[in-house]
Amino acid sequence: MPQIGVFDVVGPIMVGPSSSHTAGAVRLGFAARKILGEEVRSAEIGLHGSFAATYWGHRTDVAILAGLLGMAMDDSRIPAAKELAAQAGLRYAFQVVDLGDVHPNSVLMRVQGDSRAVEVKGASIGGGRISIYEIDRFPVSIDGTYSVLLARYTDQPGIVADITRILASFGINIAFMDVSRKMRGSEALLVAETDDPIANDVLDLVESLQKGITARVLPSF
Amino acid sequence: MEITSAVQLLELCTAKDKSIPQIVAEYEAFRSMTSTQAVREQMAATLRVMREAVHGGIADTGEYAHLAKDYGQKVYQAQAAGRLFGGPLLNTVILYALSVAQYNASLGRIVACPTAGSCGVVPGAVLPIAEELGLDDEEVIDALLVMAGIGIVSASQGPISGAEGGCQAECGVASAMAAGAVAYLGGASNETVFTAASLALQSMLGLVCDPIASLVEVPCVTRNATAAVNAITAANMALAGIPAVVPYDEVVVAMKGIGRAMPESLRETSIGGLAGTPTGKGIYKEMRARYRLDG
Repeated sequence: MPQIGVFDVVGPIMVGPSSSHTAGAVRLGFAARKILGEEVRSAEIGLHGSFAATYWGHRTDVAILAGLLGMAMDDSRIPAAKELAAQAGLRYAFQVVDLGDVHPNSVLMRVQGDSRAVEVKGASIGGGRISIYEIDRFPVSIDGTYSVLLARYTDQPGIVADITRILASFGINIAFMDVSRKMRGSEALLVAETDDPIANDVLDLVESLQKGITARVLPSF
Repeated sequence: MEITSAVQLLELCTAKDKSIPQIVAEYEAFRSMTSTQAVREQMAATLRVMREAVHGGIADTGEYAHLAKDYGQKVYQAQAAGRLFGGPLLNTVILYALSVAQYNASLGRIVACPTAGSCGVVPGAVLPIAEELGLDDEEVIDALLVMAGIGIVSASQGPISGAEGGCQAECGVASAMAAGAVAYLGGASNETVFTAASLALQSMLGLVCDPIASLVEVPCVTRNATAAVNAITAANMALAGIPAVVPYDEVVVAMKGIGRAMPESLRETSIGGLAGTPTGKGIYKEMRARYRLDG
């Protein structure tokens, strides 16, 4: 059994009222913004299950917007997220969705920036902890504990080795890694969770490996 | 180094000839690969947020809350006007616990302790005592480390969520954590700290989680005040020498068993208990009609 720590029972420091429906929801929105890698201009949010049933009481909608605006779960501006979204020119729409057999606190976030868009699915799994389990229909498993390198490229022999070599050259240790693709030679996603923070220089080098390749960093949060 | 039960924590204190806060700080420094000083600094930051939540909650008008509005203000004014029984300390405990819990409902920043729904209990019980004794922050941090130690042994052996164990697992465990901290501030021995925790949880056993309309407001906010006063009562009984009879670890296991025996309708589903009364169902219906998804 994992050892329970002092700040597991005394914390998190968060804006109420619910650790899973409010604090976790802020973190889900924050993750989507980081995965997009730029300011969010528009967002379509689908609330599933328990999120759909209690969002209004626990302000899950406000919380997700706060995260999309880049706030952390203890940011005292969270209650004003709708007003701040309007000021920032962030257009948004919420709806109730049925995502099938997934965690009851699940959300589908389609977010768009000035230059790109991404679709993220994730769940709030209790005590403010989250799990991002799908990015653009690629299965992933990201919980914010580690720094994450996300690379989108065209499947080709040697590219995974090239990316890991770049990380190695910066002394960055890979704790976990997932590689998936739609089919041979088609679009692919590499997710590397690392023990060390990932510098922007890494992204530049990865993006020079192949035409059309994109790389993003999701820092631990 | 491992802390999974009260017995184990007390044995560590005896073996190393150290206090509960010393052992808890060393344990956390060990498991998170940091220093005891860093642990104390993080607890100091936690204490600051607890204090801000007390003051924020007293001033809060409940703008973002649905049902629990102005509870802190009402007690504050009634106390100031001398309309309440029980003297300043008791009413300050009620005021602080209510205010923090209401602040949570009103989108204020709080410390989940052990949960957001029970966030008012520990600051409600511990901060007024610390103020009355005129303690400096280092002494309050010691008491919060004692409180955390009780939380760790509770979470290691039983549930700390309403969905799993009912309100006894949230406000009940919070009350035990607070009772131990208060007894510590009263000069209790290590064993008596856990007597206070045991007595507090014993009086909260069986309490169900039945919030109206899935909100963290009624009865959650007022139960925080009741659980905080219960913590003082338990600490006073322990300090007076009343025995727990059943040790804390066994009470936690009993609490877990009671939680398992509780029907799902009474575990945070807002189906049974107060949520299932005609009034509770009426409020839920009204809320559902009022709030629709907007874009």
